[in-house]
Amino acid sequence: MNIPRLWREIRQRYQGIGVECEPCGRVYFPPREVCPHCRRGSIGNLNEYELGGKGKVVTYTQVHEPMEDYKMMVPYIMVIVEMDEDVRMTGQLVDVEYEDVEPGMEVEVTIRRLGEESPSGIIYYGYKFRPTR
Amino acid sequence: MRDVAIIGIGETKIGELWNQSLRELGIHAGLGAIRDAGVTGEEIEKMYIGNMSAGRLINQEHIAPMIADYAGLDDVPAVRIESGGASGGMALAQGYMAVASGIHDVVVVGGAEKMTDVGDEEAKKILSSTADWEWESTFGATFDSLYAMMARYHMRKHGTTKEQLGMVSVKNHSNGALNPNAQFQRAFPLKVVLGAPPVAEPLGMFDCAPLSDGAAACVLVSEDIAESYNGEPVRILGLGMGGDHMAVHDRRDIDAMKATRHAARNAYDMAGLEPKDIDFAEVHDNYTISEIMAIEDLGFFSKGDGGPATERGDTSLNSKISINTSGGLKAKGQPVGAVGINQAVEAVIQLREDAGDRQVEDPLYGLTHNVGGTGASAVVHILERWS
Amino acid sequence: MKTKRKVGINGYAGYVPRYRITPKEIGEVWGKDGEMMAKGLNVESKSVPSPDEDVISISIQAAKWATERAGLTGDDIGAIYVGSESHPYAVKPTATIVAASIGATPYLTAADYEFACKAGTAAIQTGMGLVASGMLENTMAIGADTSQGAPGDALEYSAAAGGAAFIIGKDDLIAEIHHTCSFTTDTPDFWRREGQKYPSHGGRFTGQPAYFKHITGCTECIFEETDTGPDDYDYAVFHQPNGKFPLKVAKKLGFSKEQVLPGLLVTRIGNTYSGSAPLGLAATLDHADPGDRILVTSYGSGAGSDSFDIVVTDRIEEIRHKVPTIEEVIEDHVFISYSRYAKFREKIDIGAW
Repeated sequence: MNIPRLWREIRQRYQGIGVECEPCGRVYFPPREVCPHCRRGSIGNLNEYELGGKGKVVTYTQVHEPMEDYKMMVPYIMVIVEMDEDVRMTGQLVDVEYEDVEPGMEVEVTIRRLGEESPSGIIYYGYKFRPTR
Repeated sequence: MRDVAIIGIGETKIGELWNQSLRELGIHAGLGAIRDAGVTGEEIEKMYIGNMSAGRLINQEHIAPMIADYAGLDDVPAVRIESGGASGGMALAQGYMAVASGIHDVVVVGGAEKMTDVGDEEAKKILSSTADWEWESTFGATFDSLYAMMARYHMRKHGTTKEQLGMVSVKNHSNGALNPNAQFQRAFPLKVVLGAPPVAEPLGMFDCAPLSDGAAACVLVSEDIAESYNGEPVRILGLGMGGDHMAVHDRRDIDAMKATRHAARNAYDMAGLEPKDIDFAEVHDNYTISEIMAIEDLGFFSKGDGGPATERGDTSLNSKISINTSGGLKAKGQPVGAVGINQAVEAVIQLREDAGDRQVEDPLYGLTHNVGGTGASAVVHILERWS
Repeated sequence: MKTKRKVGINGYAGYVPRYRITPKEIGEVWGKDGEMMAKGLNVESKSVPSPDEDVISISIQAAKWATERAGLTGDDIGAIYVGSESHPYAVKPTATIVAASIGATPYLTAADYEFACKAGTAAIQTGMGLVASGMLENTMAIGADTSQGAPGDALEYSAAAGGAAFIIGKDDLIAEIHHTCSFTTDTPDFWRREGQKYPSHGGRFTGQPAYFKHITGCTECIFEETDTGPDDYDYAVFHQPNGKFPLKVAKKLGFSKEQVLPGLLVTRIGNTYSGSAPLGLAATLDHADPGDRILVTSYGSGAGSDSFDIVVTDRIEEIRHKVPTIEEVIEDHVFISYSRYAKFREKIDIGAW
């Protein structure tokens, strides 16, 4: 039963809400309670920050052996993206052919179905990436 | 603090052990170690058992007392240690600290995992949960894919080739062919390795270690009593642990594992040794890229030279440094939470010069390297021949 | 239905999935002459959603772009209504998920609509009521679908996916909605029973007594109520179940082909059901100049039509290129085989997960 667990992260999954550390200006996604750089000095000084949703591919792969929720997507592309805010995220890259993917490629967030509990269960939505329009 | 010796080892064969339950695996390994050491049940003061995910794999938590109980040691306090794939190595570290501190004189450390009571996909999913489930796995990142992205990054940055990755697999299978406990006791040519179906590109089937059942155990005692037992002792000379961000994307340099580097530095410092002093190493080759990164991060080769070094044959048995003489996770198998203990068992076998056809010539120092998740935890031990 | 206060559109956007299949490809599987079918329907290809796309994801994309284009944030939106006949949930609103995705929660009202292919325009009318009454400043109306035809059925050649979102407000309008009217009867031309995967239809009964009667009736109603005729409009958008019907009904009502073509997307993307007239309107807005007047008449089986008399303002030029136009969205497409289409649309049974 993952309902509450995913529900409480809806703002991160749908909107890319992270935090910005006031002392050092670093942005974190997902939000952290403590900035790994400022540590004690950051506690209570991490403010909500909405990511712009654009970034560049750092590295990528094409998955052939998926987990259950992604069976219908196989083969699918996974990427680590460095967002414009200098924070990195992991996600699926869609609407592109594998041969056309390369590091440095500009991508943007798109909200898609991530999976479902079961055919009668809750459907999960969240960010994926696609080539920037 | 006092020195600690391993005086007994035991392990099950690794593989798809359909007939054996987790508790049976644990008992067989444990009794093997106790028999090898020649200790009695009454002497054992504590047990630490490394295990990744019995709760999800066999619906059983609290497995350490269960294994102790069925080994006839129901009054021995037993604790499970979990650090993903590094659970075994961390259990060894706990045992070491318990004895080195003087709290205990005789401790059994073990590792056990039963991967095949769930289906392949479920097993993969559970292994993937040692990465960041909320911010990697639910977004589609399989465990394979995270290592594949490290591989891609390493290849791009250092020119590491798919062939070099494949040569890791070829070497480890050729070592595994000499190990009677290995899951795959068969060598494969590079052509077969490279021709295997893709799992997460650039990684193919032969780049990925299997998910296996198995268990291993060691008996640890304080140095002063090490010679009073049957088993030929091996000294634990160094121990180091390291940590890193949970998710791969939170790490800047994903061609290296910070946790491994820190663990290695601590272990070398403690042992008073340098990488060049090490004769052989069991490294955490859950993927071929992992071994290439490990032999760099452990200081055996410079960053970026892991691939070429493998290609040159510098990591083959009795070359510059013998890496994964047991066959490694790739060929010996990957009973996840037991891996760290399996590595220690191989190190002891080598240092006792009991390794037969895969024996490293005249070894003095062996190193074991065990990684949790995608590198958020790592533990390194350095072992020394007794005399 | 004339509004007492000024109301109109201050943001809009549409989204169509990237994949396409041709009637020829479908026909080959069923032993039909797909090319003939394409000609008969005037549909060259239809859009296919990828396995991770549904009405919710399509609505979210359209909603995000519409909000961005309007220069608004979620907080500015007081109501969201999503019209569709393929809501992923039978119970659990699409609208709440869309609302959360644009940050409009929690202070808003939201609901899902269903009226076959005109649920989206019904949502626009509701939004107009809330704004014109002074109850809310801005509301969002979405029409989106990922409808399916049963494999081998005539519907399979055209049933497509897409949607559009409109922000209905009173300030910074890019188009004023001067008037709307509806034409509603009990006509069982097309339906889907609870629990059924694919819809059923009355074959040729969906034509004259259904589509044509309602669109004609509704459009004539708005002509009368606004004292206009086809010549008073620069563009006309009609519901597009195929490429033939809207051109035929346009001709019947006295519109020229040129008035209809800018919003006629069905020939390239197929029938997007609740997304059809809304996407047609969005494409027409992309194309229109300030001062242009647009007639829109939707059609929903069951049956009813909604007509709108819309006049574009100067502001259209300012915001048009802030987000992708419909043309830009449709341009990026890939043709897929029937086997890939079958996989995408869960026509392959992979058993229990």
